[in-house]
Amino acid sequence: MTRFAVTRAIEGLIVLLVMSFVVYGLIGLMPGDPIDLMIASNPKLTSADAQRLRALYGLDRPILERYLNWLTAALQGDFGYSRAFARPVLELIGPRLVNTLVLMVASLTVALIVGLAAGLYAALHPRSLIDDLIGYLSFISISTPTFWLALLLMMLFSVVLGVLPASGMPVGADTGLGERLRHLILPVATLSLASAGGYTRYMRAAMIETLGQDFIRTARAKGASEMRVVLRHGLRNALIPVITVIALDFGALFSGALITETMFAYPGMGKAIYDAIMANDFNLALVTLLFATLTTLVGNFAADLGYAWLDPRISLAAGRAGT
Amino acid sequence: MRRLSILVALVATGLMLASATPSLAQGKEDLVIGMSQFPATMNPNIEAMAAKSFVLDMAHRPFTTFDTKWQLICMLCVELPTVENGLAKLVDLPADQIQAPKTAGTGVCTPVHDKGITLTYTIQPQATWGDGTPVTTDDVLFTWQVGQDERSGVTNLELYRRITKIDVKDKKTFTMHVNKLTFDYAGINDFLLLPAHIERANFAEPTEYKRRTAYDTDPTNPGLYFGPYRVTQFVPGSHIALEQNPTWWGAKPHFKRIVVRVIENTAALEANLLSGSIDYVAGELGFQFDEALAFQKRFGSRFDVIFKPGLVYEHIDLNLDNPILADKRVRQALLFGADREAISQQLFEGKQPVAHSFVSPLDWVATDDIPRYAHDPAKAGALLDAAGWKAGPDGIRVNATGERLTFELMTTAGNRTRELVEQVLQSQWRKVGIDIRIKNEPARVFFGQTVRERKYSAMAMFAWISSPENVPRSTLHSSEIPTAANNFAGQNDTGFKNALADELIDCIEVEFNREKRRALWQRIQALYAEELPVVPLYYRADPFVFPKWLTGVEPTGHQYSTTLWIENWKAR
Repeated sequence: MTRFAVTRAIEGLIVLLVMSFVVYGLIGLMPGDPIDLMIASNPKLTSADAQRLRALYGLDRPILERYLNWLTAALQGDFGYSRAFARPVLELIGPRLVNTLVLMVASLTVALIVGLAAGLYAALHPRSLIDDLIGYLSFISISTPTFWLALLLMMLFSVVLGVLPASGMPVGADTGLGERLRHLILPVATLSLASAGGYTRYMRAAMIETLGQDFIRTARAKGASEMRVVLRHGLRNALIPVITVIALDFGALFSGALITETMFAYPGMGKAIYDAIMANDFNLALVTLLFATLTTLVGNFAADLGYAWLDPRISLAAGRAGT
Repeated sequence: MRRLSILVALVATGLMLASATPSLAQGKEDLVIGMSQFPATMNPNIEAMAAKSFVLDMAHRPFTTFDTKWQLICMLCVELPTVENGLAKLVDLPADQIQAPKTAGTGVCTPVHDKGITLTYTIQPQATWGDGTPVTTDDVLFTWQVGQDERSGVTNLELYRRITKIDVKDKKTFTMHVNKLTFDYAGINDFLLLPAHIERANFAEPTEYKRRTAYDTDPTNPGLYFGPYRVTQFVPGSHIALEQNPTWWGAKPHFKRIVVRVIENTAALEANLLSGSIDYVAGELGFQFDEALAFQKRFGSRFDVIFKPGLVYEHIDLNLDNPILADKRVRQALLFGADREAISQQLFEGKQPVAHSFVSPLDWVATDDIPRYAHDPAKAGALLDAAGWKAGPDGIRVNATGERLTFELMTTAGNRTRELVEQVLQSQWRKVGIDIRIKNEPARVFFGQTVRERKYSAMAMFAWISSPENVPRSTLHSSEIPTAANNFAGQNDTGFKNALADELIDCIEVEFNREKRRALWQRIQALYAEELPVVPLYYRADPFVFPKWLTGVEPTGHQYSTTLWIENWKAR
């Protein structure tokens, strides 16, 4: 187990290092720089000023030199300064991380409860009317663009019915817990509805396949109750492929809500990535994207641990499935 | 029974949520403004962003600015210096500060290069920072010190560089010595005061100032502001709250609290406005023109929508290094072949007027006495014939060597309005035998590389923003053509080289006499309309969407924001 964890940690560090270079290089390859944005909004900015500012912000230096400078500082704990928000990057992403965590944990929880329950029910009643209905709703959920869904919910509940706020975070005089929860409803609903369909389909397929296995028949033959067969034997095994999907979604915890956060003006990590890229803010973009990479790696690691817990036949020590 | 209980619970929850929603009638003492961009910093001198100006102008004031009638006025000062009132005095420059004329001269005027000017200003006697510290000449001297230091990160050093000395008379009066004489000498709009009592310590290490400025590290410090409001909450990327500043010396503002919240997506911005989550969408940074037009049709009974034409000049830059476009007759044919009036009427319902030159018709120096190009396909055809382009078998003109009259037209991909204008122009120009190939690029590529490095082969459609009576040095003077040699500095992207234009620019900058200056402006506009380095299209209008109860917001049409007069905003 320890060996497995150390190996994965070393692999993760290598991936992060490569990713940092790739992301920095890709951002650097994009034409234009922040000074171009300044020129566009200030008719009085002279060409001499533009050149001076490029030198001041180090934008006139080769991309490799800039990257190595960043990496050296990052290894010493200085992840740089966000030019778009005039703050140290780490100071900036702290509150956003918390906001995203709140949003994503809530929406993932709702999506899992809805998706797994619906998938389970559909698997236990295959080809029934309810199964068909769940199937249709799942496909609607999977194929509806998040942007459109967010707008639809906003128009319905905020504009037409006027029962919920159209933004994800209160900014008025009342910013208490109740008001914060009320503002979270629509973003959470958007994210949950967008991902519940996928979980439903995975759960249904995995459960139907599991319920057809020999060991299920054996369990029934041994006189186990149907509840025990489904939950203890069926669900536990069906969850293995589903966990892979959830683990992959784990990376999206910190970056995947980009559209939803932007639509609901919710100050989270997804919106930070959007803002950073739009403003050509190297340091912020790099750190936020690396964070998304890190969470994906952690998610995969957690999935590996989950497999071992759910299925004792899977051995982590050897780094491969045992028999 | 069980189902009924569930239904009752759902209805009760709905009612509870509904009752918690703030009603429109509530909170008229508060104003929530939505806009699409968040300011990178609140420091008045670092970064030049419309978003920052919009917020900061509620809490800070420049010495001078242009009012809604486009007249220069004092805001923080008491009286504008003029030669007539004796507060402005011409002085001889020392030999080491005299700059040689940049152009050879064609006899239009004799640009003055050996004179400077002294300007005396008095700060508003009651002006006080929000922490009770008076605004004094100490702040003026400190701001100048920061402004002229190239390491400080100040965006626009031009004005600070021109000031060679500041003499302090007392705590409120000072005299600036400026080494460049220009007609707009009294306007020190870019001299934006910093509080010396707070910022001096942060400037101890100039290279670190842009990271240590209290405007970023402690933006809610009341001592940073002296306007009608001061910032009380600053959440990066989300919102900024402002409350009345007790030390403000002017008229008491109506709203007790103003919240500016940022919603980048304009569809979401609209939903927030309709739901009452925000009260007003900033015209400076809100809806796109077409969105506002559609909004007006749907919700015009609930909101007032004003389209204010301004200084954003949409045009097509023509690459004058292109041998076909180097021929003036071809450029003029493009103008005669385009029905710009139809574009203005049919696409913009006449709300974005046709541009005939780079000077806005709202500017006092605008003139009608210039060549104009009404839609005349016959004239366009005659000019192209004369230039050697005859109608080919498929209707597209060809020259004697069989080369087709084809141009590439580029603009920012995804900008619906520009893409629509492109398609209309393509169709109109095809009727006079000109083939247009549309090739659009993302804005970042288009502005960051294609235009900046003059990589477009023929036509580039975009907009210039200027200011009232803005001398077009950066866009028309031959010394401002971007090249690899000058690291693509300058904004004369067409490559326009004209000795008379250079001379007129130099002359306008130093002509004090308004009538003589007006005559020079007429000449350069006429020259522009004759030479046509660009295809002028239209002046963009900013759409302002107000709730019917909000009064006193007066769109300016220039780059200085409406919030400079926030104390006049009221709820009806």
